[in-house]
Amino acid sequence: MEIRVEGLCKSYGGKQVLTDLSAVFLPGITCISAPSGTGKTTLLRLLLGLEEGDGGAIYGADCRWAAVFQEDRLLENLSPAANLRFALGEIPEAAGAMLEDLGLELADARPVCKWSGGMRRRLALARALLAPAEALALDEPFAGLDRESRERCLAWIRRAASEKPVLLATHELAGLENVPVLRLA
Amino acid sequence: MEFKIRPVLFWLLIWQGGSMALAVAHSGGKLLLASPVQASLRLLELLPTPAFWRAVGNSSARILGGFLISCALAVLFAALAAGRPWLRDLLAPPVAVVKAVPVASFIILALVWLEGRSLSLFISGLMVFPPVYLNVLEGLGRTDRKLLELARVYRIPRSRRLWGIYLPQVLPYFRSAASLALGLCWKAGTAAEVIGLPAGTIGERLYTAKVYLETPDLFAWTAVILGLAAAFERLFLAAVDTLAERVGG
Repeated sequence: MEIRVEGLCKSYGGKQVLTDLSAVFLPGITCISAPSGTGKTTLLRLLLGLEEGDGGAIYGADCRWAAVFQEDRLLENLSPAANLRFALGEIPEAAGAMLEDLGLELADARPVCKWSGGMRRRLALARALLAPAEALALDEPFAGLDRESRERCLAWIRRAASEKPVLLATHELAGLENVPVLRLA
Repeated sequence: MEFKIRPVLFWLLIWQGGSMALAVAHSGGKLLLASPVQASLRLLELLPTPAFWRAVGNSSARILGGFLISCALAVLFAALAAGRPWLRDLLAPPVAVVKAVPVASFIILALVWLEGRSLSLFISGLMVFPPVYLNVLEGLGRTDRKLLELARVYRIPRSRRLWGIYLPQVLPYFRSAASLALGLCWKAGTAAEVIGLPAGTIGERLYTAKVYLETPDLFAWTAVILGLAAAFERLFLAAVDTLAERVGG
């Protein structure tokens, strides 16, 4: 599985965000690193098909994606299990173990609006990791997480990346030293 | 709408006092303004009669039928118009006309086309459509775009999107419109019955009360309308609230 972008350009209101970007994403983690406002989220949105580029081409991205967005994008009044059912149709067998390892409880009946920001972020990540996707787009998935949670999340991301491309937009590369990095200007 | 009991008692006493004063001051005072006691006694007389329940059943079936049919159509058209600006523009003039034109004009016009029995169903439905359509359209316009993007990326089917994204967004708008529309449909529906005079309806009984100056009957039937409107509003809004608790958002 290979996702490729060639000469990708995107601007908003005259401000050029991506200029002639070319890259190849293979199974495994690829970090997308850049200062804030320099196109990380835009690149992911283009790959997810949520926006159209101004120029260039994208190949191989018409596959099944799962994503963590900048916001958690959870159904606020529903429990974690109901949130997973909404996104995935049914709760995968692996869900219980993954959530427990991430410090969450699948059987927690509280609506997620009662959860802390870190718990909600971990649930959003678990939802993406549990989805039957061929590629993952993770936009700042560690935002608001402490170091231990971050490491646990990263371990699950590494597992998922053994068989599919994982595009990880982050400005913090700790723990990702051996991972290819796409630096956006 | 919730009332405190003391203000209600206060106004009932004022009514009772006014009725008694009128009876003393004027020879036909009892005819002009029946007291709440007289109206209550008349209501107690009416309650066990089959004709009372027939009138309640006939009027409720038509007025609430009009409400439910119109609600369904308004939601359907709002759903269609939400993604189609041309349909929104097309529907805007008739909706504005229905909102602005006095209900009596529609009743008289509809009398030309329809028989008396169908009149209250049509008129109550007509009054319900604009608020429900406009509110649901407003709710759909404010649907969380970010959740819709999530649904698109995760390829969530339409049925689950409806349950998880659209319903939680639209239900509060629908609820407030339904509450308003329920009051409107009883007012307009009984007005249509008073003018169209279909046999065995509350409107016909109101008209008869007016012709024979039976003010206790008039107040008794008015109380029945208020009770029916309040009871159905409570039931309907409770059902909407139950649905709202079960959906996401």
